[in-house]
Amino acid sequence: MEICRREDKLEISELDPFLAELLRQIPASTNPEGTPAAEKRLFSPPADRSKTEQCSEWKLYVEPELRRLFRTARETVAADLEQLNGNEKPFANRKLRIPTQHADAWLNALNQARLVIAAKYNFTDGDLCDHYRSPIGSRRDLGLFQLNFYGFLQEFILREIDDCPEKTSD
Amino acid sequence: MSWPPQWRGAGVAESESAVTLSAAKGATRSAVEDPVLEKKTRSQDDVDLPWQVVVHNDPVNLMTYVTMVFQRVFGYPREKAEKHMLEVHQKGRSILWSGMRERAELYVQQLHGYLLLATLEKIS
Repeated sequence: MEICRREDKLEISELDPFLAELLRQIPASTNPEGTPAAEKRLFSPPADRSKTEQCSEWKLYVEPELRRLFRTARETVAADLEQLNGNEKPFANRKLRIPTQHADAWLNALNQARLVIAAKYNFTDGDLCDHYRSPIGSRRDLGLFQLNFYGFLQEFILREIDDCPEKTSD
Repeated sequence: MSWPPQWRGAGVAESESAVTLSAAKGATRSAVEDPVLEKKTRSQDDVDLPWQVVVHNDPVNLMTYVTMVFQRVFGYPREKAEKHMLEVHQKGRSILWSGMRERAELYVQQLHGYLLLATLEKIS
């Protein structure tokens, strides 16, 4: 896999089918359904839970706005990922171009996915720092690989928008 | 009237403002003989002052990402943003901002938009 910036696009090329599939899974991976810990992490309370009035107001007024924000980011990423659904041969390497204006949406969706995956598999600090683990021994290991791969993409996007901040939008 | 407002040349603006200012001074002298000093009261904002925005450690969020968020939300320079990020990482929490409640709430909301663990706390 190669990753670079070409003018106003971030280009990920030589994507093998496995990594392309991991990218396709970003929107689905952000779904916290069935994992209360993930839902709790994405929509954490704004104050100590004993502050019930503050927390219930937040749930009523702010949470819907956050849900809308996260959904918008997810939809932007899903639309960009349509590029991976071309008519190429099933095992051919793919290329993905991300407009730099979508960088914030990608950072947000990747973060949603990483948080949900971490909550789903209950990864510890030790798991997250273990970069020498055999890539795929179980579904949990695959989850860790996926989380680290998304982190790698986040680092790349951050580096690129840091170099050219004027080319991105909030 | 149009928007955006059309700025006039500097020379014209200066002379007009000079006339206006002197006229206003005269008017003030004749119209206000005995100014009454109002008793200063504390605003609601003053009452609400002691609130702080706290960010808590989360092993999943990348350090570079957290630094970027602090820079964006609070407008902090990179060094200050990194200092807070390291404090979160090493001590488990960092107070990013303190002041009026309304603004603190807005910051917490923005931080949650970036998926950071942030809370609003009243300074005891």
